Amino acid sequence: MTSSKDTEHPLFQRIEGVRQRTGRVRDPIVTQAHGGGGKAMRDLIDDVICGALGMSAQQIQEDQARFSLAALAQYGDRLAFTTDAYVVSPLFFPGGDIGKLAVNGTINDLAVSGAIPLYLSCSLIIEEGLPMETLRAVLQSMGEAARAASVHFVTGDTKVVPRGAADQLFVTTTGIGVIPQGLEIAAHQLQPNDAILINGYLGDHGAAILVARGELQLETTIESDCAALHGLIAALHDAGITIRAMRDITRGGLSAVLNELAQASQVHIAVDGTKLPIRPEVQGFCEILGFDPIHLANEGKLALAVPSEQIEQALKVMHAHPLGQQAAHIATCRPTPAGLVTLDTGFGGERILEMLVGEQLPRIC
Amino acid sequence: MRFVSEFRDPATGKKVLQQIEQQLRQLGHDASHPLKIMEVCGGHTHTIFKFGLEGMLPPSIELVHGPGCPVCVLPVGRLDDAIAIASQPDVIFTTFGDTLRVPGSQKSLLQCKAEGADIRTVYSPTDALSLARQHPQKKVVFFGIGFETTAPATALTLLQAREEAVSNFSVFCNHITIIPTLEAILADPSLRIDGFLGPGHVTMVIGLEPYTFVCDVHKKPFVISGFEPLDVLQSLVMLLEQFRQGRCFVENQYKRLVQPQGNRVAQQAMQTVFEAREHFEWRGLGSIPHSGLRLREAFSAFDAEKHFAIPAQQVADPKACQCGDVLKGAIKPWQCKVFGTACTPETPIGACMVSSEGACAAYYNYGRLSTSRKLEATR
Repeated sequence: MTSSKDTEHPLFQRIEGVRQRTGRVRDPIVTQAHGGGGKAMRDLIDDVICGALGMSAQQIQEDQARFSLAALAQYGDRLAFTTDAYVVSPLFFPGGDIGKLAVNGTINDLAVSGAIPLYLSCSLIIEEGLPMETLRAVLQSMGEAARAASVHFVTGDTKVVPRGAADQLFVTTTGIGVIPQGLEIAAHQLQPNDAILINGYLGDHGAAILVARGELQLETTIESDCAALHGLIAALHDAGITIRAMRDITRGGLSAVLNELAQASQVHIAVDGTKLPIRPEVQGFCEILGFDPIHLANEGKLALAVPSEQIEQALKVMHAHPLGQQAAHIATCRPTPAGLVTLDTGFGGERILEMLVGEQLPRIC
Repeated sequence: MRFVSEFRDPATGKKVLQQIEQQLRQLGHDASHPLKIMEVCGGHTHTIFKFGLEGMLPPSIELVHGPGCPVCVLPVGRLDDAIAIASQPDVIFTTFGDTLRVPGSQKSLLQCKAEGADIRTVYSPTDALSLARQHPQKKVVFFGIGFETTAPATALTLLQAREEAVSNFSVFCNHITIIPTLEAILADPSLRIDGFLGPGHVTMVIGLEPYTFVCDVHKKPFVISGFEPLDVLQSLVMLLEQFRQGRCFVENQYKRLVQPQGNRVAQQAMQTVFEAREHFEWRGLGSIPHSGLRLREAFSAFDAEKHFAIPAQQVADPKACQCGDVLKGAIKPWQCKVFGTACTPETPIGACMVSSEGACAAYYNYGRLSTSRKLEATR
């Protein structure tokens, strides 16, 4: 046992002083030591992660985040809870990065239920050898996205895996939000004559990522549309718009979302192909590769169904918001053929719009 | 978008459709005796379904979706050979994206990749050659498929590889040619086709002259067509005009791209690198003489068939599958016994269901609405 006399020894005090000091991570790359549960990992969490994500050292003293139920209850009467893993390559691309994507994507998954997004977790799987600067930049971006959206990181986890066991960095975010009382948004609620609106250009994210991978040797100015949509949704809610169903349009593109809605509600969704907002650059990109923008991924787009009498008002609200300037009424619900999505091709023909089976593959000729 | 949007103008489309209807009436065709036109190229099939042309055309004309989707006609045996090459150690197997899902006898390239093979999607054979330069310790193989549209790029890449003496690059050659295929289709007594929409991109390479036998010997008019919806409709008008005037010629609608003599540089490159095989197996159509290309002896150093032990087994098409009848236009996709039940885009049995340009996949994904409406109307 050490007596108090022992700890008064100058040598002891010197070392104790160093032990108390918050570690500064000086390593140029992440190594397995940073995931070992010891001092190196604590330094990584203190120096690289917590500051960037806006968490205090005190906040992470416990293994779990704790919330006051009463505080949550002031926002509404139901919790919304979602999780999403992000594995994008490359980590940085025009218009965003994996960190911004991980924050906004989870916020959007909460927000399309009508929930007010409040808390996030951040779970990192890091491949050893990742430059520390890259990790700092991703976390910086996550912190900025969270601050911009007024959501808070409250807990997290970090693992470092051997080279080859992951591709640089995987990020998982889990989110909690609260759904205001009386708000019922669900995929099965579409009714005949309802209108489907989207908030802007389709396919920007999917095209930006494919170009950023550098395999296509194409140069474009296309940027990812990565954005948090809860502000736009709140504006619609505040204006008294009845949102019957709402989805963020991500992987699988608009066609996947519309097929899910048509199936869930057993209505026919008739899309007007001439009304789809598509940037000329994205259209050109798709023409070259044999892709269809309607299947491309987005990260800042949503589709919502409103009663026909609210179309103009809803569009007005969306057009006034920075994330809805190109909002458009793109489809109408009809009773039959139930469960089917069709597209007016704009050339006078009509065809079925199916969900893709797998990934969209470029055509050879 | 220039050169695209003006060929998708609905108002012009409507006018051309009226013209087509009128011409068909004058020729005495109706729903019970439709004029049958085969589009040879999968690119046309894609356009026809993407823009819903089939549903817009009157029932007095029937489009038969021909064998021009190179992914569709790739036989199971050749695919098994590709998988065998891709599975060997130290191989980087490079391929165009749309061959990945085509089912072999045991598995597809996509499954093979998931099992650990290094299979990469490339957008051009030159990308494969770059990979070979970057990975000198690996053997990089390019899966060469396609008609004369893609064959010149493979040929030019091989010439480049020879010039640079890239010793770790080879091509598994499955290129095919259009003329012997047309000959085989035209020789089939069960075929009932009145005229053809000719393949725009292939013709850009080979020129107009090789098709003259279709008109001279078989008396079928042949119009080379572009790939936008108005291109296809205008080509139909040109065919109908030939019927009305009792003419039978090779005509070129796709003048903005196709020169009558074709592309001599591309022809020369193909001539230098490739020679015709005695026979080549087609999925659905069986063996067609002189329809496949292989590397000439001078390029044997780059011939994957000479470098790798491949099974080279002929594998019979699945029994239930009627792809051959579909490709020849003898039956419509939905008349096949397994269409939409055992054979779907998720679980394709036959070649025509695999690629989005395959006639069956196009019907399944896009066309069943207009088909069901037309069937309903004739009932």
